[in-house]
Amino acid sequence: MNNFSYTQAGSAKEATAIRKANPQAAYIAGGTTLLDLMKANLEEHPQLVDINMLPFRGIEQTPDGLRIGAMERMSDVGENPLVLQQYPAISESLLLAASPQLRNMASIGGNILQRTRCGYFRDAAFPCNKRVPGSGCPALQGDNHNLAILGTSDACIATSYPGDLSVALAALDAVLTLENQKGKQRRVPVTEFYLLPGKTPQKETMLEPGELIVAVTIPAAVHARRSTYLKVRERASYAYALASAAVGLDVQGGTIRSARVALGGVGAQPWRSREAEKILTGAPATEATFRAAAAAALRGAQPRSENRYKVELAQNTLVQALQKVAG
Amino acid sequence: MSNHSEPTSGASELRPDDGSRRSFMKQAGGILGLALAPPFISQAERLTAFSKTVEGVSAMRLNVNGTVRTIQAEPRVTLLDALREYLDLTGTKKGCDHGQCGACTVHIDGRRVNSCLTLAVMNQGKEITTIEGLAKGEDLHPMQEAFIKHDGFQCGYCTPGQIMSGVACVREGHANSEAEIREYMSGNLCRCGAYPNIVAAVREVAGKGKV
Repeated sequence: MNNFSYTQAGSAKEATAIRKANPQAAYIAGGTTLLDLMKANLEEHPQLVDINMLPFRGIEQTPDGLRIGAMERMSDVGENPLVLQQYPAISESLLLAASPQLRNMASIGGNILQRTRCGYFRDAAFPCNKRVPGSGCPALQGDNHNLAILGTSDACIATSYPGDLSVALAALDAVLTLENQKGKQRRVPVTEFYLLPGKTPQKETMLEPGELIVAVTIPAAVHARRSTYLKVRERASYAYALASAAVGLDVQGGTIRSARVALGGVGAQPWRSREAEKILTGAPATEATFRAAAAAALRGAQPRSENRYKVELAQNTLVQALQKVAG
Repeated sequence: MSNHSEPTSGASELRPDDGSRRSFMKQAGGILGLALAPPFISQAERLTAFSKTVEGVSAMRLNVNGTVRTIQAEPRVTLLDALREYLDLTGTKKGCDHGQCGACTVHIDGRRVNSCLTLAVMNQGKEITTIEGLAKGEDLHPMQEAFIKHDGFQCGYCTPGQIMSGVACVREGHANSEAEIREYMSGNLCRCGAYPNIVAAVREVAGKGKV
């Protein structure tokens, strides 16, 4: 890890001003992603700006839905009674992620900005278009068993966001509140926050330099209360998803009134499937419907040499999740 | 905060003079550290005012196991390295150093965390508890007793982290069944595979409600 200076910021204004003066500086909250990457020399920053004192706290009801401060920790949000009752998929996505220790440390904002687990990205000995733009992508012909099959490009096939929370957030129409260096706030849906790799896989989100995540707000809905997050891994716990599904259904009299579907572990970014939702909405809540929706969600899949299994795995994961919430 | 009055100017005063290799290495490091240290200004106190930048070797005050101790260290020193290399609290182990194995688990303000993924400088003013802080004198903590009784280890390297995590697991209320214990202890790996005995130890302590 390179040497750096450390500054504790007392306000968003201070934090963004420091970043403006020193564009190579990085914000640090829980540190679980940043220090991991810095220890591996994958990121180097001359200055770290501690944003833990910023008032981006609280889990509260608002007219727009439940508002969760970006500095809240994964464990606290996952176990919050409001989240558990109104947004089970959010709670489950948090509590099925990482380990209890990491969940006690990692902030919601940091979780949303976590970076890929692609082995080539995480080993500086290899080329990687995300890490060194234009250097190439060994994963295309290499070990891609845990990489993406949807939304990829010839430049990058990583699951750029490898986590769980943003998959559930994308499914349930969550909106991020961001604050830039001028102190101006804007709201961006999670589904628009992440960028597909295209020719610029190094650009992962639409966050401006120095911009901070303030909070995430999740609208209330029947399909949010009746939601779940199903995660399939290589071991029973403490692993990233090979495939996951965040789903919410409003079923009345056997008919699906509204549906929300997002997939994790298979998309270049958290993968909201409006194709699947279209098939589900208005249809009977039966396995045949769920199978048709799953097929639609994976229709555009582009598997590579070692991740063809994900096409079927993701479909079965989605069907099982839908069966669970359909009850 | 039982012993707040320990005025220390550097890690060198805190070392037991046991003549071990570890002690020698650190004394050498300490002399070098002292030579590089800037003229004495209280960086730790400046931290209480916002937007003060800490650069290079500076004083940090850490409240570990109820005692406030001062070290001279760079901002990049992790809490784990501060404990092991600056405070000689080597009970906390370095396994992967990337938050994947749990050997470095300590409690900060009562919550279990991976000390390898947090900076010492960020943990000033917080209550840090390590494996050395669990026993009361000669009386072992119930979790330590249970690990001995159930043979919850072989090589012992992961054990301090397992015990710190086990104590937190019970306190959090996440030790109500074997399945729940396994899930909530999954952040602590044991390459010897002592898991059944670790689960038995945590389960016994949870059942007795004495943490």
